Amino acid sequence: MSVLEHARHPGAVAGAPSTWDFFADRAFRGIAKAAAALILALLAFILWQIGRKAAPGIRDYGFGFLTSTSWDVGRGHFGILPAIWGTLYSSFLALVMGGFFGIVMAIFLTQDFLPPRLAVVFRTTVELLAAIPSVVYGLWGIFVVVPAIRPMANSFYEHLGWIPIFGTTLSGPGLLPASLVLAIMILPTVAAVSQDALRQVPYRVKEAAYGMGATRWEAILKVMLPTAATGIFGALVLGFGRALGETMALAMLIGNSNQLSLSLFSPANTLAALLALNFPEAGPREVQVLMYAALVLLGITLLVNIAGGAIMTLAARNVRR
Amino acid sequence: MKRLMIAMLLLVSIPFAEAQERVRLTGSGASFPFPLYSAWFKSFSSQNKSISVDYQAKGSGAGIQDFINHTVDFAASDAAMTDEEIAKVPGGVQLVPMTAGEIALAYNVAGVKGLKLPRDVYAGIFLGKITRWSDPKIKAANPGASLPDQDITVVRRADSSGTTFVFTTHLAAISDEWKKGPGVGTTVKWPGSDKFVASPKNDGVAATLRQTPGAIGYVEYAFGKFSKMDMALLQNKSGQFVAPGGKGGEEALASVKLPADLRAWLPDPEGAQAYPIATYTWLLLYKKNADPKKAAALRELVDYCLTEGQKMSLQMGYIPLPESVSATVRKAVASAQ
Repeated sequence: MSVLEHARHPGAVAGAPSTWDFFADRAFRGIAKAAAALILALLAFILWQIGRKAAPGIRDYGFGFLTSTSWDVGRGHFGILPAIWGTLYSSFLALVMGGFFGIVMAIFLTQDFLPPRLAVVFRTTVELLAAIPSVVYGLWGIFVVVPAIRPMANSFYEHLGWIPIFGTTLSGPGLLPASLVLAIMILPTVAAVSQDALRQVPYRVKEAAYGMGATRWEAILKVMLPTAATGIFGALVLGFGRALGETMALAMLIGNSNQLSLSLFSPANTLAALLALNFPEAGPREVQVLMYAALVLLGITLLVNIAGGAIMTLAARNVRR
Repeated sequence: MKRLMIAMLLLVSIPFAEAQERVRLTGSGASFPFPLYSAWFKSFSSQNKSISVDYQAKGSGAGIQDFINHTVDFAASDAAMTDEEIAKVPGGVQLVPMTAGEIALAYNVAGVKGLKLPRDVYAGIFLGKITRWSDPKIKAANPGASLPDQDITVVRRADSSGTTFVFTTHLAAISDEWKKGPGVGTTVKWPGSDKFVASPKNDGVAATLRQTPGAIGYVEYAFGKFSKMDMALLQNKSGQFVAPGGKGGEEALASVKLPADLRAWLPDPEGAQAYPIATYTWLLLYKKNADPKKAAALRELVDYCLTEGQKMSLQMGYIPLPESVSATVRKAVASAQ
């Protein structure tokens, strides 16, 4: 009780903290520090474990592993450029789609467009999307999304085939259905975090904007969004990170084919799918290169997070100015 | 009252007594014969209350690893065991062919039933050389069939699997180009084309096939049978077109004589009516078991599967072992002590 009481009654006589207070404080600080250190230690341990197993692969294949396009177990040729490309491309597409809808949804749910009760229903529905297992998304993709978009995709190919992104037909699994499903999977993350960001903008800011004669849209686009930009950006980075690591739905939908293609309709491959599908029956050599690939995926995720963090800090600085 | 209590005590103690005598056999390995094995083991355990069998289908490679590490009582493998692997088991290994399976080429072309594929054609399709259903070579083999002018989408396994191994072994046997190109393996480097897609596991391949008009892919016959897909008739070594699931499988097995170690491969079986892509699958037993009770239970189990069990094989989509083969195999099982 003592700390709170002191805070609430600053006028009360503040004595020296009792021995109990002193030790409780120390203990709490120690536990907090240990917990923080544990996270770092865990990450370091994972890195060390994967790195140790990947070491022979890194030694033998070196940098060429990242730029070679062939994966041939029988002949010992390994390269993950198509998988890196597919991972980034599919995640990027998912981020564009999922990010757009996620932010729009966050605006819709926080800026008094809906009566509060209805907004809760919507919010819960969106959050429910996060609870659907990945494999269900994959099946839904195969049985619903692919047949639904195939006719449209193929007419795009017929009429606009000269544009590289429509350069092939869509036969079944491919980049576009995979990215669409991925977009829906990251939607709850983006929407939830963006909502928090928008809700944290003090109401006064909006009132001030209205007071200066701004319309609703001006208030949202020119005041609310820039103020919440840091948080929204964080939502996008989180969503991108989730998209990078998503495995099962992608393994079922992307076609797992080592293609380097700009076409949205071409099958592709991703690092996470490559890992999940090849580990169970991998030989000793394959395990080494798969560990190497895992390290690369970890590296990409880390880079994305660092870049995201840097951009957020920059954005925050701009807003303050 | 006293009598009642004794009776109750007896009743209570019976299950315990039984539990003590019960022999538990654990095994792991191949997933390809899993549906059949689980049916076998279940009916065996229901007839022999004193023996229970647990089998985990984690893949042939993992099964062999478990077997070498002595963490199981038996294992199962679609790829038998290599001499190198056998050398790692001190007491010796008895390989027991239990059943055999066929690999079917399932396809999704509306309105075309009983598609016939000559050997150069299906090799060509999987090499990415024949890319349209209206290809003259396919038309020539299927006069009268209304083949659409559509791209062929090849669906393959994305995970490494024994199925891929057997299929590529066969392709390498019938096509030099395949042998020099993708080669043989549980995963191989498939032709680079946006019309080649991969799905995880047999069910993934089946789902993708069903959802993709113009697709063709390889699945285990049992799988194709239960998901009711159209399966192609393949041309065998003597030039006949044979459908999977009939007598063709048995004839394929009969065409190859089992060697002393019972490791026989059928990359391209002879025989006029033999189905061209078939393979044995093996149980792996220790020649020296630590526990004689377990060894006896194992022999009993295998004997049951080789006699009674074979009657279930055909309807489950596997090939029953020919008489001559099962007789040889039953004799060999005695060496697992």
